[in-house]
This record gives sequence, structure tokens and C-alpha cells, in this order.
Amino acid sequence: MLRLSGAHAGTIQAGPAAGALSVALLLAGCGGSGSGGSGSDGSGAGAGDPAASGTVTLVTHDSWALDEKVVERFEEESGLTVEVSAAGDAGTLVNQLVLTKDAPLGDAVFGIDNTFASRALEAGVVEEYTPADLPDGVEQLGGALTPIDQGDVCVNADEAWFEKSDLEVPKTLEDLADPQYRDLLVVSNPATSSPGLAFLLATVGAFGEDGFEDYWTSLVDNGVKVADSWEDAYYVDFSGADEGGERPLVLSYATSPAFTVSEDGSESTTSALLETCFRQVEYAGVLAGSDNPEGAQAFVDFLLGEDAQAALPESMYMYPADPATELPADWEKFAPQAEAPFEVAPAEVSEHRDEWIERWTETVVG
Amino acid sequence: MDRDRSRLNRLNRLSRLSLRPAPLLWGTAVAVPLGFLAVFFAWPVAALVVRGFVPDGVLDLTGFAEVLSSPRTWRLVWLTLTQAVLGTAFSVLLGLPLAYLLYRRSFPGRVLVRGLVTVPFVLPAVVVGVAFRTLFAPGGALGFLGLEESLAGIVVALVFFNVSVVVRTVGGLWERLDPRTEQAAASLGAGPARVFRTVTLPSLAPAIASAASVVFLFCATAFGVVLVLGGVRYGTIETEIWTRTTQFLDLRSASVLSILQLVVISGALAVSARARRRREAALRLVSAHGSARRLSWRSPKDLTMALVGAAIVGGLMVLPLAGLVTRSFREPDGSWGPGNYVALGTTGERNALVVTVWEATATSLRTALAATVISLVVGGLVALVVSRRPRSVGARRAVGALDGLFMLPLGVSAVTVGFGFLITMDQPVLGVDLRTSGLLVPVAQAVVAVPLVVRTVLPVLRAIDPRLREVAAVLGSGPGRVLRTVDLPIALRSVGLATGFAFAVSLGEFGATSFLARPDGATLPVVIYRLIGRPGAENYGMALAASVVLAALTATVMMVAERLRDERAGGEF
Repeated sequence: MLRLSGAHAGTIQAGPAAGALSVALLLAGCGGSGSGGSGSDGSGAGAGDPAASGTVTLVTHDSWALDEKVVERFEEESGLTVEVSAAGDAGTLVNQLVLTKDAPLGDAVFGIDNTFASRALEAGVVEEYTPADLPDGVEQLGGALTPIDQGDVCVNADEAWFEKSDLEVPKTLEDLADPQYRDLLVVSNPATSSPGLAFLLATVGAFGEDGFEDYWTSLVDNGVKVADSWEDAYYVDFSGADEGGERPLVLSYATSPAFTVSEDGSESTTSALLETCFRQVEYAGVLAGSDNPEGAQAFVDFLLGEDAQAALPESMYMYPADPATELPADWEKFAPQAEAPFEVAPAEVSEHRDEWIERWTETVVG
Repeated sequence: MDRDRSRLNRLNRLSRLSLRPAPLLWGTAVAVPLGFLAVFFAWPVAALVVRGFVPDGVLDLTGFAEVLSSPRTWRLVWLTLTQAVLGTAFSVLLGLPLAYLLYRRSFPGRVLVRGLVTVPFVLPAVVVGVAFRTLFAPGGALGFLGLEESLAGIVVALVFFNVSVVVRTVGGLWERLDPRTEQAAASLGAGPARVFRTVTLPSLAPAIASAASVVFLFCATAFGVVLVLGGVRYGTIETEIWTRTTQFLDLRSASVLSILQLVVISGALAVSARARRRREAALRLVSAHGSARRLSWRSPKDLTMALVGAAIVGGLMVLPLAGLVTRSFREPDGSWGPGNYVALGTTGERNALVVTVWEATATSLRTALAATVISLVVGGLVALVVSRRPRSVGARRAVGALDGLFMLPLGVSAVTVGFGFLITMDQPVLGVDLRTSGLLVPVAQAVVAVPLVVRTVLPVLRAIDPRLREVAAVLGSGPGRVLRTVDLPIALRSVGLATGFAFAVSLGEFGATSFLARPDGATLPVVIYRLIGRPGAENYGMALAASVVLAALTATVMMVAERLRDERAGGEF
């Protein structure tokens, strides 16, 4: 199901790749004689693609914010020029790529997540590419999508509120349906928000395809509130954001508590419930039909390389995919990862996403 | 010989007493806007809709039966119409007294209030949504009204956004109505209510109908406000198209819904156009300077109007806006100060952005300027053509159709246009991929601004007494000269306002821009959206401060437009 049919990917690759190669060689020639010394020796570029040059256009989602200095270093070392084009959220990104498959928007893509990955693979928008030195513990999808970073979507709690109310902070999904936590939780709509979808998937992972509706019925009975978007839930309804919200439990990210650290930096006023999480993994890949596949490959290598991986936590606020990457000191304390997040296979998600959202809507909205 | 011919021409004109069409001139005036609309609107929309019906090279129309037989679809249609009709009705109802107060009465600070009234029009829906939800939430200032997740809450926000369209459009005509007609009616014994009903209202009707149709389109296609304030229970055709396209890639249903949206909106427009045509007539217009009387605190009528106006402006605009401004001065650590504004020179907490907010502001201004120029040229030409009433029935119908055609961009989902661009602009132009270059941003904004320009300029052009043109023609002016000496000076007065509107709409446009702008070319609404979508008190504070900057920019632009107009209007006629 997950496997990209080899023949399909092959046919896409052959034509344009050959043409682009000659263009790349041509450009490499020009660069060598003209702008001498811009790293055309290729030593800095990702291993295995010495011919990369020219412009590589990255198509990504609107949360792209990798440190510019890191990207500049890559440009200097590889001789490539990186142009970034962003297209809405992760879902919008994948759908745009599917629509423009025959005339791709760029060369490389970053930000396809595990909830949309299968749609991208099935439509053949990315071509097979495996970085030469894939770090241990990093697993590709369909031989074409390389994981770059990950983050957990979890319920967050306003610690201060629970302390004041003399109530224990809930731990599990089941706790959220416990009457002592009645009217305390706000989540976001899976049809319109990506954390909302991730949480729906967490419940599917936890209670199974046939059990998640019953769980949601119990949440509804316990007074769950559904906001349209993450910002809406977090800033309007959540008491921990200090904007006058009244609910102390909100659906957010495992890393959110790092944003509510007290003045002296000793503790956070909110915490993530690590037993309620779904893990989002973001992938990069080479777009099929790209004008500069070598450049795109070099860019994927770069994203998985040490420099970019180390920059991910501070600039994108995600966990690097390479487990060997050193994390900022305060992450262990304020932004720990879930040990056993709920999972649903990407292929399953792709097949049932719309149906699950419809069933959710029927259960929760009526 | 030449003299003979010119005399003959003059005789000819005398006998027909109408403008002789100048084929080249009018041909261009029609072709330029039509070409623009076709390439940047009709083609992309059609391409995407066709993609929905012909998924794999085979025509598949089963989507129609499926979507149209679902009760959910009809609930969406019903909600779309209900909220749009209510939103429009209340915008007109509340807009009229404001228009009177701001354009027929003068008082200190009038220009400022006029600027303020326009601010909501361009605020990003996400900010307005959060601002209103904060008011409506159980713990909020208006929590006791129970407006959270209700139709009433959505309508209040729609009126907040759109009332300025009514105030501006109607006010612009009202201030130049010759007060002597009303005075004559009054001296013949008609009471104030009767004067209003029989003289003022019919004269204002074209502007009211014009404003109402624009407001209706904005309400019918409102997206962010409905999502944020309606919660999961409320949806419209627009929100459904959005989720079907961006989240589910269900183009089959989205295409059916797009067509449904088009039908619903064309139907509503046709009704309003009929109402408009029946009412439009040449009016006696005077300089704006003479018509406004000083507000007198001793006159009970003035006092009532002032109180009504203050209540509307205070309750509907000042309350949410003041909440926004106040909150923007609360720093992340809870103290008060300009910290959020200082932070606008940065890229946000943990680099939420690629550019600083000031850079985005500069981009916004540049883009809006380009979009304004495009929309003035295109919209001006459309207004000019549509303002004529040719004698042949066919030509009259064609002119009417042209008028309606250019309103459609307001009634079609930005996501349909945005996704449409992706598949139609797939060939590089001069080596540039238009889809990712950011060059389409001002064009997409202009598509939305054109209808506003048309609706602002047209009532004024139509109010020109055709006899003025006829006289000019009889006296020997060619069509070009008639335009220059009759239409242009009068139209210029509304161009100031049209410029302001076009600029404001471009500044605030989010839907299409978010699809087409590159991260390093993000506009102000786009960075606001990104800031508010990321955790961190600093980012939230910056988003609010940036919204205040956007609001202040808009108010300034509108006040400048206002001034330009007043200066030009001075003197003649």
C-alpha cells in the first residue's frame, strides 16, 4: 500500500532528469569560470551529488522558518541558490502538489506530514530518493519521503488552575472523559485544523477504528468544546494563555509548555499530558518532474544533515529526526517527547481520513 | 471639404441627439477589462471546476446528484443566504444614519470618524474573530448576551466588517445631493419623514442598492469569521468549498459547490441589479462643500442622530477595536508598555516569521499600490462602459451583463481562484514561474478590488445628466473630448474614494494572497495570521500590535483619499 510503484516513479524520473542534468552541467561550467570560488569544488554539498548547482526551489508550508544563516551556509557550500515558496498548511501543500504534478511548483518539498504522506506517494508527486548516509533510527516512507523532524500533539494543562482548584491534573485519554473534569477541555476541529486531525487520529490509535466514536460520545457528554483552530482554542478558551479563557485543558503541542516558562526560567505554568499524544512526522523529498533533481537531492541531504537538524528545535520548534542530534538544554525539562505516542499507519490515514472526519462530525456536531 | 464634413457630422449628431460610438475607444474600454477578467479570474476558476468534473479524462457528473441530494448541502445554502441577508440588512440599516451624520452634518473630528469607520473592513478575519470571540466567550465583556457560537454573533461581526461599505458608498452620493430638492418638498408642506421617504431615499436608492450588493457578496463568501465565530455547527458554502479543496482534495464536490455558489450569488445579484436599474436616474448633484450643515446640539433631530451614531460607532466598532488596541499594549510579562510594537522589528519569538513585520508592511504597501493602479484602470474602464445606456436592447443587455460579470470575483471562493492559478499558470512566462514568483499577488488583489471601484465610481457617473454629454456633443466635441470634459471631472471626485477602497481592500486581502505570496514577500495580514498561529505570548502580542498597525494604515489611507476628494470637488458645479 505504501510502496510507490517502481515503474511509475521510474517513468517520471527518466525524461526531465536527463535534461536537467545537462542544464546542471552547463550551469556548473559557467559557475566555474565566472563567479570563481563560490564553493564549486562541491566538498560542502551533501555527499553523493557533486553536480548540484543552479537554483533549487523549495515548496513548503507556511510554518517554514528554518534559520536563514543555516540556509545561507548551505548555499555557500553547495553553490546552489535556494528559493522558498510556501503554500498554506500541510494539507493545502500536499493538495497543491497533487494538482500541479504535471508542472511541479519547484524542486524539493518539505513539510508533507504523516497524515498526508500516503496521498502524496499515491499521486506520485515525489520521486524515489534515499540520502546516501541515512542516520540510524531514521526510516523513509516509500523510498521517496525522508523524515526531517517530528513533534507530538498532546493535551496541555494549566498547572496553576489545577493547583488552585485542588484537582489532580488528568493523565490519560480516559481521564478526559471522567466527570470530575467536566467542561474543562477544549480541542480543535479535525476538518479545519491539523492538530485537531492529529488528536482524532490519537483517539483512533487508542480506541480503534470502531471504538473512537464511543470515546468521543463520552467526551461530548463530559462537555468538550470544539474550536475552529488551534489559535482559537489556545488564546480564547484556554485559561493557561492568560487571555481570559476559562478551560484549563487544551489541545496543543508537547513543546507548547516551553512557551509559558516563568520569568526566572525555573518552571512552566503549563504541562503536556504525554499519554494523550499523536506524533506528527514531517518529511522532505524530491518533486517528480523537477528541473533540478540534483539540487533537490542536495537540499534533502542538507535538511537531514547536522547543521539543519541542530537548528530545527530553535527555529521550527520541532524535534530533529536524527536521534543523535543534541537538543537544547531546557527541552528535556519543558518539552519532553511522549514515550509511546498513539500511532496510525499513514496508509490507513490516507484511506480513511475523510470517512473518520465525517464520522467524527456526525458524533460530535450531530 | 473638411469643414463640410464636420458640419455634416454636427448636424448628424444634432439629429440623433446621442453619442456616436467611437469603435476604437469603446472597443479598448471593453476589451482590456474583459481580457483581465478572463485570464485572471474566469480561466482559473473554470479550469479548477472542470478538473472536478473530468478527473481522469472522463466526464463524471455524479457529483451533482450526490451533493445536491445531501440535506447538509441545503442546510449550508440556507445558512449562507440567511447570514448574508441578515448581515446586509443590518449593515444598511445601521449604515444609513451613520452616512447621514458623517456626510450631511459637519462636526469637529468628522474626518477622523470617517477613517475609523473603515478600519474594520480591512482587519484580518482571524484577528476580528478572536477579538469578537473574546468579547462573546462566557467570561468576556459581552458574555451575558449568549452570542457565542450563534448566528447572531456571526451577523454582528459581518456588520462590523461591512457597515463602512454602506456608509462610504451612500455617504458619497448623499453629500452631493442638491439639498434644494428636499427644501422644496419641505416648503410645500412635507414633514421630515415624508421628505426622506419621497425625495431623499429614492435619490439614494442607486447607491444603497450598489452598496447592498457588495455587502451581500462579502457576507455570502465570508470565511474566517464564520469559522471562528460559528464554531463547528455553522458552515457556509464557502467554508465547505475551502475544506473540500484544501483539506480533502475532493474537487468533485468542491466543483459542484462552486457552481451552486455561483448560481446562488448570480441570482441574488440579478435581483439587486433589477432593483438598481429601476431606481437609477440622473440626479442634481452639487459640490460636497455646500451640502453639509454644522451639527447643532440644540436641534432635537440632530441630537437624536448624533446619539444613534455614537451608539453604533461606540458599540459596534470602538468596543472591539479598543479591546484590540488596549491588549496590544500588554507585554508578554503582563506589564503595560510598547514592547509588542518594538518587537515588530524582529521576526518574532523563536523566529516565527521569515521577514520582520516592518518588512512585511513595506511589502504590503508596495503590493497594494500596484493592485490599486491595476484596479483603477480596469475598474474605471468598466464603470465608464457600464455607465452608458445604449439605445439598442442587445447592447443594453450586454452592458448589464458586463456590470454583473465584474461583481462575480467577490462571489467566488478565493481558494478556487488560488488553486485555479496553480493549474492554469503552469507554463513559465519569460522563464519565471508565475505561481511561485509572487508576481500574481497584486493581480489577485486587484481582481477583488475592481468590483469596489466599479460600484464606487458608477453611481456618480450614472448620475451625470445625459443631456450634459449631449450638449457637449452638439457643440462639436468628439467622444474623447466629451469624456475628458464631462465625465472625467465628475468621475475624479469619486476616484479618490475608489482609490482608498481599492488600497484598503488590497491591504487586507488574505485568501488569495496567502496562496500566492512567498515567505520573503509576505504581506501584513499573512504575517499576522502566522504570528497568531504559533505558540508564545510574544508572538500573540506582536500579532495584535501588527493588526493595530494595519488598522492605523487603513484609517490614514482613507483619510488621505477623503482629503484628495474634497480638494478636487471644490469650486465648480
